[in-house]
Amino acid sequence: MRRLLRVVLLAWVSIALPAGADILPEVHFLIPAGPGGGWDGTARGVGEAMTKSGLVKNVSYENLSGGGGGRAIAKLIETADRQPYTLMVNSTPMVVRSLQKIFPQSFRDLEPIASVIADYSCFVVKDTSPIKSWSDVIDAFNKNPRSVKVAGGSVRGSTDHIIFARAIEMSGGDPFKVIYIPYDGGGKAMAGLLTGETQVLSTGLSETIDMMRSGQVRIIAVTANERLPEIPDVPTLAEQGHPLEFANWRGFFAAPGLAQSRYAAMRETITAVLATPEFETIRARNGWTVLHHEGKDFYQFLEHQESEIGTLMRQLGFLRP
Amino acid sequence: MIDGLLIGLQTVFTLTNIVLVFAGCAIGTVIGMIPGLGPITAIALMIPVTYGFDPASGMILLAGVYYGAVFGGSTSSILINAPGVAGTVATAFDGYPMARDGAPGKALAIAAYASFTGGTLAAIFLVLLAPFLADLSLGFQSADYFLLMVLGLSLVSAFSGQGEYLRALAMTCFGLMLSTVGTDLSAGVQRFTFGRMDLIDGISFLLLAMGTFALAEAIMMVLDRSRQTKPIELTGSSLALSRAEVKAMAPTVGRSSILGFLTGVLPGAGATIASFLAYGMERSLASPADKAQFGKGSLKGLAAPETANNAACTGSFVPLLTLGIPGSGTTAVLLGALVAYGIQPGPRLFIDEPAIFWSVIVSMYFGNLFLLVLNLPLIPYIARLLSVPRQYLVPMIMFFSLMGVYLVSFNTFDLKLMVVVAAVAVGLRILAFPMAPLLLGFILGGMLEDNLRRAMTLSDGSWSFLWARPVTLCLVAIIGIVLLVPLVRTAVGWWRR
Repeated sequence: MRRLLRVVLLAWVSIALPAGADILPEVHFLIPAGPGGGWDGTARGVGEAMTKSGLVKNVSYENLSGGGGGRAIAKLIETADRQPYTLMVNSTPMVVRSLQKIFPQSFRDLEPIASVIADYSCFVVKDTSPIKSWSDVIDAFNKNPRSVKVAGGSVRGSTDHIIFARAIEMSGGDPFKVIYIPYDGGGKAMAGLLTGETQVLSTGLSETIDMMRSGQVRIIAVTANERLPEIPDVPTLAEQGHPLEFANWRGFFAAPGLAQSRYAAMRETITAVLATPEFETIRARNGWTVLHHEGKDFYQFLEHQESEIGTLMRQLGFLRP
Repeated sequence: MIDGLLIGLQTVFTLTNIVLVFAGCAIGTVIGMIPGLGPITAIALMIPVTYGFDPASGMILLAGVYYGAVFGGSTSSILINAPGVAGTVATAFDGYPMARDGAPGKALAIAAYASFTGGTLAAIFLVLLAPFLADLSLGFQSADYFLLMVLGLSLVSAFSGQGEYLRALAMTCFGLMLSTVGTDLSAGVQRFTFGRMDLIDGISFLLLAMGTFALAEAIMMVLDRSRQTKPIELTGSSLALSRAEVKAMAPTVGRSSILGFLTGVLPGAGATIASFLAYGMERSLASPADKAQFGKGSLKGLAAPETANNAACTGSFVPLLTLGIPGSGTTAVLLGALVAYGIQPGPRLFIDEPAIFWSVIVSMYFGNLFLLVLNLPLIPYIARLLSVPRQYLVPMIMFFSLMGVYLVSFNTFDLKLMVVVAAVAVGLRILAFPMAPLLLGFILGGMLEDNLRRAMTLSDGSWSFLWARPVTLCLVAIIGIVLLVPLVRTAVGWWRR
């Protein structure tokens, strides 16, 4: 009886509150990796803004690594009825890994809430390199693909590799001839570029900006449509004739099958936290670029990215057609 | 440079900063002592705290936490055979037998002195050589890393006692095989994961070390009731080292500092590799009488990895500060903190921000000093842990080792895997197979393969990379000598007979 009463009360409360106006009373962040990485930093940064601005009182975190993030996704789906306030952080590799069938689920099995920040890709050379622009890369590549070896911070077939191959393809080169050298992490890939064993590095912009400012490397192209305000001198790939836009987004997902009003509250909470001065401080501290898509918009963004990456991975033979 | 040191001293010698070095060391030691939790966790936990301070103070605190965590890791390695940190796995090889045989206080004291000396010598190298070191760390390419790993493997005989060379070799191969589990970097293909999501990232080194050492040791204690730990002597004199012991360890500590520091400077190596290399080198260089002691509580076998891992931690600041390249997970977290303070690591750091650059270096020295001062008086109390009766000690070791692995991944699969690893390890130990070569093969195997495949791709599939550059050629020559000298010696011995 008491239980029935509670259900009725809850139902009444959720009807009585106008949709979209409420903020979550608590948030539980599910982080699909151990402490200290990019996912962890994003969740804890957003969480810090939530508590410091007083927007959300209780914020908790749960790290669950394994399966390239697949374990956390599986848990969120299996225990959906017990995850009413859970936001799982994720990013572009989720799209790539579900295409590769590393885990059976995709973003369609979850509720995409919102993307919050983005990290554009960029192509980098050593400051002493004779390569000055993207067309120099293409010229050298067309003469001899072996003279332009590309370093990246993750396995063969990861976004670092795919984006470079795609840029080569758009410029009329053969993406199969790209020689990609994988390193265990962006730092080691950067070291590989500096030792001179590779000629170009394909990586995330946020990992590179400081190396550029210290004068050790030059960014020859960034995969944004327009020049970015923090680095107005760095040319985009688009202005060099190849309109390739690619952002490694980071965003949040919720368990499937919750009430629509709950999803609305989650979206509202993210929108509200992005507008706080506390978030701005954290954003500036980490050098993040805001990329805010929410709900349906975010879903379409994911679908678009999935089809783009999927096409390319199929062409490059990383996926069976 | 003298100016720089003075700036550094001036920055460190404020009351706040001295308190911070002290606090950092203490917090780091406590976190590091918990098996499984290492410097990455400790630093990640402390970073939010440091946002309130100015950048120099923040870095001083974090450097203290880093050293403290590495030092704390050796405590749990020595006392309960459960490495707190990957960098202190090799410390357990001789530290634990020494502690088990009744001298835990002495083992901890040697670890403290060796860490202090390694860290201090490395800080001096850093001050003297900083400008050249950046070039050194960029002088190593994939081919050279590959050969460095081969050199490490050629030390395998050092990881085994008299008469168990074949067993050691078999275990090394087993370690190499285990290192192939997971996603293959060069092809992006999953290997030996049996379709299990949990094995995609491979087996964690810490899990393997905890399973084969801590958990297996606890099970052995249960199975073999006669393995009585000797009564512990904890009089004041048991901590002191005799002059002869200091004299015996001095060259070891000197060599290990240099080796550890240079290995740390390379962005692709790090403290774990450094400690294994130092252990192997000392065991190879030891006289036959000394050699028999290794693995049974040798002073040199404990001092070498302990010196090397601290020296390597200091060395890893070279690529971090002078190039802005993180060589390890820990320095990647530190780099994140630096960037968050608005500091740009790189060749211009010690011109643009001399206060940061030099105060971090000075605080390294003080961090090491404080660790020694902090820990020596506490050792008798910490060592008393081993006088806990066995019926309490065994479950405690099991709990801490399982919890340590769980706290890193929060994945229950890892616990099941660890139990399987421990069961297999117990079986192998009963059959007298040594465990250290397994870990050696495992830790070197992954990097060996990745670097070989990179080197092959870079040289367009030709083996010419082996002699293309002077550094590589030198390494090939060293490996040749290491492998051929014992053969020649044996041959000469035969001929004379």
